[in-house]
Amino acid sequence: MLKIKDLHAKAGGKAILKGLSLEVKPGEVHAIMGPNGSGKSTLSYVLAGREGYAITGGGVEYQGKDLLAMEPEVRAREGVFLAFQYPVEIPGVSNKYFLKAAFNAMRKHRGEPEMDAGAFLRFVKEKAKLVEMDPSFLNRSVNEGFSGGEKKRNEILQLAVLEPTLALLDETDSGLDIDALKSVAGGVNRLRDPKRSVVLITHYQRLLDYVVPDFVHVLSGGRIVKSGGKELAHQLEKEGYGWIEAAGKAAA
Amino acid sequence: MANQDVKDLADREYKYGFQSDVEDDQVPKGLSEDIVRLISKKKNEPSFMLDWRLKAYRHWLTMKEPTWAEVRYPKIDYQEIIYYSAPKSKKKLSSMDEVDPEIRATFEKLGIPLEEQKILSNVAVDAVFDSVSVVTTFKKTLAEAGVIFCSFSEAVHEHPDLIERYLGSVVPYTDNFFATLNSAVFSDGSFCHIPKGVKCPMELSTYFRINAKNTGQFERTLIVADEGACVSYLEGCTAPMRDENQLHAAVVELVAMGDAEIKYSTIQNWYPGDKNGKGGIYNFVTKRGKCAGDRSKISWTQVETGSAITWKYPSCLLIGDESVGEFHSVALTNHYQQADTGTKMIHIGRNTKSTIISKGISAGHGKNVYRGQVKIARSAVGARNYSQCDSLLLGDQCAAHTFPTLEVSNVSSTVEHEASTSKIGEDQLFYLRQRGLCVEDAVGMIVNGFCKQVFNELPLEFAVEAHKLMNISLEGSVG
Repeated sequence: MLKIKDLHAKAGGKAILKGLSLEVKPGEVHAIMGPNGSGKSTLSYVLAGREGYAITGGGVEYQGKDLLAMEPEVRAREGVFLAFQYPVEIPGVSNKYFLKAAFNAMRKHRGEPEMDAGAFLRFVKEKAKLVEMDPSFLNRSVNEGFSGGEKKRNEILQLAVLEPTLALLDETDSGLDIDALKSVAGGVNRLRDPKRSVVLITHYQRLLDYVVPDFVHVLSGGRIVKSGGKELAHQLEKEGYGWIEAAGKAAA
Repeated sequence: MANQDVKDLADREYKYGFQSDVEDDQVPKGLSEDIVRLISKKKNEPSFMLDWRLKAYRHWLTMKEPTWAEVRYPKIDYQEIIYYSAPKSKKKLSSMDEVDPEIRATFEKLGIPLEEQKILSNVAVDAVFDSVSVVTTFKKTLAEAGVIFCSFSEAVHEHPDLIERYLGSVVPYTDNFFATLNSAVFSDGSFCHIPKGVKCPMELSTYFRINAKNTGQFERTLIVADEGACVSYLEGCTAPMRDENQLHAAVVELVAMGDAEIKYSTIQNWYPGDKNGKGGIYNFVTKRGKCAGDRSKISWTQVETGSAITWKYPSCLLIGDESVGEFHSVALTNHYQQADTGTKMIHIGRNTKSTIISKGISAGHGKNVYRGQVKIARSAVGARNYSQCDSLLLGDQCAAHTFPTLEVSNVSSTVEHEASTSKIGEDQLFYLRQRGLCVEDAVGMIVNGFCKQVFNELPLEFAVEAHKLMNISLEGSVG
């Protein structure tokens, strides 16, 4: 599914990723944890194709293709989805119109016919129910005036509608109260599928109580310094990142 | 960021730029009293019209072209312009079938079918080709409701009393340089009268097309809604692509009596010039509505995407008590287009109310100015105004300016003004692309969202057209 090999990336002239390697197989859920400034968000942006990052070494293979050579919209249509840490407001554009445009862009890419407005509305209302979102949000402008939790829930709705092959969730748990966290986690769990992979980027272990990962990796200083099973997350919760960072520096 | 992508997107072609091969009947170029007389004679006008034109012409000679607008253009030589051009036709048309097939084909190509049976939506159209109206559809249906909707020339002959009473009653011939010029030489336009208590049974529309070379187009629209009457009116405009600039100086006058309502929508898509700023229409237009009676309402909605230069301030005189004026505007400038547009709301009656929503979008080297005046007279007790001016910038070569003026002469009035300027964010663009939308669709979506408040005011089918037009006009937008 996803093979990241010795990836080096710079932002604003500063090296952020310094030889990151990671392999994600179909159906797996990976959690990437790490302290602030370790390169977690950079990794998600580089994978999604945001401008402003220079790739200075290594590469990323996605379903056998060179991911980094694709335009951001092509990556999206090929099934790479990024749930944003800070979802963006688009004033005046209704949520359902935006979702339909995105949904049909994917279908078109796959050579499938576009879904008409009526059928899409029924489809998206079902999805909204699944992620426990009030259907009135479909008529509101994209993320405009949404609370932090509503924005995150809206990301999960998009995830449910677009049904990507690879979902990257960038700190989707931050700023959520426990009820919102549970329903967001429920949305992610429903999407678990032998053909779909999920990468959870998170600072805290909290989310991992609800979305149990197959693997946990610790990112520090732009590299994965430790990998393990779900128990690694608990250890980090208890002991903090200090010991890993120290070990990382010692190794470097 | 994706600047280069957005830039590429801006270089789409103007799709109405074709020229039709129609034989013209023109007057010699240049302007003089003789030309004014000749135009009046060609139109076989009654003497009150000629007198009015001559008064305007003589007054015009004493006037200077205004220079206060934020627009730059080479000096216009008014003697190089042809002031009257009409497609040659041998006799008066009695039915659609007699319209020059070439002209019919032109309107077909523009998506304006003139055959009534082909028109699906409930819209009556007056088609103006160069200086004259070529056909008005649905006349019979309208006549049954008592509505007069015809070309201005026809109205001068068939309803001279109405013309004499209302012509210049809102925009006097002394009003301003371009309106005065128009008063002297205007050749046609639309006239509409809705009698007492009648709700016009369909949307009315005038479609303006400049075709001939080196001509100016000077048309005049006059709409009168009698007591309790109601009408929705739309104008559309296009022109061929030409290297040289062409002058368009129109006048629109609206009169709303007590409890009457006029909704006037414009989709202005004159040729904007090429991407280097060559050619395009100079659009110097005077539009004004008079809310003469109590509880009357006039609402202007405009989508301005065309013209090299737009100079236009659709305004409302709120004379009747509790009368209402509205102005909803989207102005988009791309490449080297310049727009100086806005409105004037003059509150005279008690408890009068006005709303101004202006959305300016600048792309490329475009320049966009909002210029507005809200004046509340001492007599306008309890008047209220709300103004909102938003600017959206695409790229870093364009400019947006806002010049609001407020003059309040009593203490019981409320005036609110809000303004914002934003850039299309890299964040927004990336967010939409991450959801599978290409740059072009993403920019279109953001811009259309920005304009939504105004598009909501347009009649439905035109809202759809406006949407598409924004996307086309944005092509090649950001640098």
